[in-house]
Amino acid sequence: MLALIVFLPLIAFIAILLGAPARKTAIYSAGANLVLGIYAAVMRDCSCLDFSVQVLSKPEINLAFSTDGMSMVLVLLSVIVTLAAVLSGKAPAGRETLYYGSSLLISAGALGAFATTDLFFFYAFHELALIPTFLMIGILGRGERKAIAWKITIYLGLGSIILLVGLVWLANLAGTMHIPSMVENLSGENALDSGTQKSIAALLIVGFGTLVSLFPFHSWAAPAYASAPAPVAMLHAGVLKKFGLYGLLRIAVPMVPEGMQVWLTPVLVLLLANILWVGYVTVSQRRLDLLGNSSVMHMGYIFLAIAALVAFPENTLAKPAAILLMFAHGISIALLFGLADSIERKTGTLDLEELGGLAKAAPKLAFLFGIAGMASIGLPGLANFAGEVLVFLSAFQGYDPTQGLGSVQIACIISIWGVVISAVYMLRAYRNIFQGPAIPRTESAEDLTFMDRIPAVLLTVVLFAVGLYPNLLLNLLR
Amino acid sequence: MNSAWILLFLPLVVAAANQLVLRKHSLVPYLSTASAAASLVISILLLGKEGNAGFDWASIGDFSLRIGIQLDGLSTGMMLVVTGIGTLVHVFSLAYMKDDEACSRYFTGLSLFMFSMTGIVLADNFIMTFIFWELVGVSSYLLIGHWYQKPSAGDAAKKAFLCNRVGDFGFMVGILLLWSLTGSLAFEDMREGMIRFQDANPALFTGLLSTAVLCIFCGAVGKSAQLPLHVWLPDAMEGPTPVSALIHAATMVAAGVYMLFRLQVSLGAELFEGLFASHVIAWIGATTSLAAALMATQQSDIKKILAYSTLSQLGYMVMAVGLVHGEAGMFHLFTHAWFKALLFLGSGAIIYACHHEQDIWKMGGLLKKMPITAITFLIGTAALIAVPFTSGFFSKELILHAAKESNMTLFIIAAAVAVLTPFYMTRLVVIALLGKSRSDHSDHAKEVGPLMWVPLALLAVLAVIAGWLSGIAPAQPAHAGEFHLNALFFISLGALLIGSSVAFILYRGKDRDPVCIALLRELFYVDRFYDNFLVPVFQNTVAAILHFFDELIINGLLVGGLSRGAASIGQVCRAIQSGKLQYYAFAVGLGVILVVYFTVFY
Repeated sequence: MLALIVFLPLIAFIAILLGAPARKTAIYSAGANLVLGIYAAVMRDCSCLDFSVQVLSKPEINLAFSTDGMSMVLVLLSVIVTLAAVLSGKAPAGRETLYYGSSLLISAGALGAFATTDLFFFYAFHELALIPTFLMIGILGRGERKAIAWKITIYLGLGSIILLVGLVWLANLAGTMHIPSMVENLSGENALDSGTQKSIAALLIVGFGTLVSLFPFHSWAAPAYASAPAPVAMLHAGVLKKFGLYGLLRIAVPMVPEGMQVWLTPVLVLLLANILWVGYVTVSQRRLDLLGNSSVMHMGYIFLAIAALVAFPENTLAKPAAILLMFAHGISIALLFGLADSIERKTGTLDLEELGGLAKAAPKLAFLFGIAGMASIGLPGLANFAGEVLVFLSAFQGYDPTQGLGSVQIACIISIWGVVISAVYMLRAYRNIFQGPAIPRTESAEDLTFMDRIPAVLLTVVLFAVGLYPNLLLNLLR
Repeated sequence: MNSAWILLFLPLVVAAANQLVLRKHSLVPYLSTASAAASLVISILLLGKEGNAGFDWASIGDFSLRIGIQLDGLSTGMMLVVTGIGTLVHVFSLAYMKDDEACSRYFTGLSLFMFSMTGIVLADNFIMTFIFWELVGVSSYLLIGHWYQKPSAGDAAKKAFLCNRVGDFGFMVGILLLWSLTGSLAFEDMREGMIRFQDANPALFTGLLSTAVLCIFCGAVGKSAQLPLHVWLPDAMEGPTPVSALIHAATMVAAGVYMLFRLQVSLGAELFEGLFASHVIAWIGATTSLAAALMATQQSDIKKILAYSTLSQLGYMVMAVGLVHGEAGMFHLFTHAWFKALLFLGSGAIIYACHHEQDIWKMGGLLKKMPITAITFLIGTAALIAVPFTSGFFSKELILHAAKESNMTLFIIAAAVAVLTPFYMTRLVVIALLGKSRSDHSDHAKEVGPLMWVPLALLAVLAVIAGWLSGIAPAQPAHAGEFHLNALFFISLGALLIGSSVAFILYRGKDRDPVCIALLRELFYVDRFYDNFLVPVFQNTVAAILHFFDELIINGLLVGGLSRGAASIGQVCRAIQSGKLQYYAFAVGLGVILVVYFTVFY
């Protein structure tokens, strides 16, 4: 079942290469995958979902899929965003195969990385997803697409290689590539000595961190998302970027807990830089490209939950909070990128100074963008708020007020200021684009068509469902 | 209990139905109004009921965030205010907004607001308060920005939201601190946890409690527009006037006071006696009330005068909470809600009749042209300036009494405000309602229709009698509605007479303002300081500098160097290979996979 979910996009990709109509194939396969994903979530405890085939005996590598709550949530995120991504955007004439094929490949890579239990495939699937990302930016991107594609290729390539060293080191020490067995082999009496833990943790933090745009390895993200075609921005920012955070929770925290603790303070400083530094950079941006940096900024909150878990291993809130926020952020940023693409298609620009009063001509676009913006700045009733508030609570779980503030609590308090910063840039963007008197560029702009609205409404409904009743998602994590 | 759940969710269902199903149907205003009226009926039935019920909203293991309803005198009394004024404002809006092309969006916003405000009032824990706290913020944002095509409306909406967010930063931190002190987020269990903590750590207790309370107070400073975050409320007058009456005078802005009082009651008032945080709260309230009253004396926009007056009266309430006489503050909240809603709706009727003229210097003689509106406006004014035996008189006496008992300086400030209030209100009345008309707009003003004047008349009745209704008020201070011929009575009567007679003499028959105090017209230069210094320097400049460094160091030197290096390698490769990016990307991926394979294999 899980194998089917992972391979369906690949099968669809091959079908497109063989000449199947690209858009239809992509949409139908993504739709089917959404149904399968929901079915899998309902049946989550059934062993019938699992799949395992030995690929190599020495070293033992299995193409194995199995999920727990955490990976199930991310699989759901992937199938939802994939459907929205292939429904959004418009392929340039003659490029449909590349456009839809790449989207499906990214989806397959992300699904594989989240669903597999084998370290080799965990890494390989992610690499599989990166290649079409580079290609789409390099060939179909906006602006300086070649330079930007080079930049992120080198950047993410380097990050991946650093990560690879850490993973290989871990696999050698654990003597297996089956992730749950690795955790078992590296805990309790067999825990690694602190020197090794420290080194491996550093590699994993830098490696995974680069993939999640942890400060100061973040500067690939904004230009990449600004240049990328809509489905790629949606899939990468919404889904694929979560790979790094997932890796930290799945590999780093359980396997090298002491090593992670050594780097706690530097990580706290870096995540605050994500929130404050990048947050203020976002404030000074004058184009809607600021969405890229806003996404970088919000990664800081998920790192905060991870830090809370590292600092206080008995923390029960941190991990679910991180996963909930990963899910919420993925949906909301995908919605924002999809709608930003619509704004550009309808008005021809993303420059905030050249827009204004668009709500008059395009009220539906304004309404949906308003919801997406409010979600991303943490308005209750939309999914992100539940994630953020649980992250803040997790930073204070088990905290003894008589001991003065610890570093995690201080970081949490400072990071809450980010809630103000994100409201500043998001409301200003909304004010500049949609409010005020209509200008010639916007007064005759078209509103969203029915087809434009389908992906946006899909994502909006998910934001509301999880936001109004977070237990809907948290129940999966039990 | 079931009816309480209906009370909470009915407006949400109506808002959703309006937005998703009815859209621009002409039924929308009536559906919203009917739901507000139904809420009022439920609120009346719930008076005096007590109970608690809830469900888990977000649970992880043993921990759970709840949506729960707390029914007690405080919440049911407050619901009466919210739904009572809410219903009248809905009815008034039926007439006021009937020609607006976005009438349905307006009523949907009102229903969303009713939902959010109900949630704040009924909440049984702090996270739920925070959730609905943010939701009233967004409904207020939507309604202030109702005429979003006016640049000033969009700006005002944004400003209101951001000022509130600044306050909510502190609020969230305060909730987290309080959680770590008491081990609970539910109002019911907080006291127990707090006492346990006090017994275990007597030395640290007051300092930590003070810190937590001050952080939480930040939330109230934002929502109730206290100094230094008061700047959003006068700007919020860009919204339609009934919204100003409901949200920015009677209910939402009072939520800060309600929340503080709820906290005080939950933890036990005695813990707040002599607490440093209480002094800060009292002083901020007193300063706000004085500064806002001074600013009100020099305004010429009728709504702005009322807005500064609201700030000033909210300052009174906050001061009372800081003096640990929260019941007095809550009682003033109760009476103020009726008469200030009356004044705002009255100003709405005047603005409507004068073709959206808001400058009092272009009005005049309205008493003759629209007598019902003008007389109800005069009744509201009488209550606000505390004419004896009106509702405002009784509640203000309680606050002055509390100040007199506790702190002489605060009492003098409060008494000064009691002089200024009749001054600026008499000025408003003399210029706008009496004398002769000063413009065509006011010359052609006609009395408004019954959909507008009936709510005014009902509010006028309540503005007079609310002082005797302490039985249904959210809090029942001792001696509410009692009259004593003591020194305090003569002080407040003197204040009333001095303030109103000076204004009457000064402004009678004048066509332009004979007094011009730049400091007050410029609002103590606070807004200018924010607009020209604080925001440009601490936000924009910091942002620009960081942006510059982000580009320069991280992008230009560190990574740029790296990628230039790699690009030159790429140049070399290009000579050998085809130089196509896709091959490069593919090679990276393949190479990496091979590396992992061989590293492990050998």
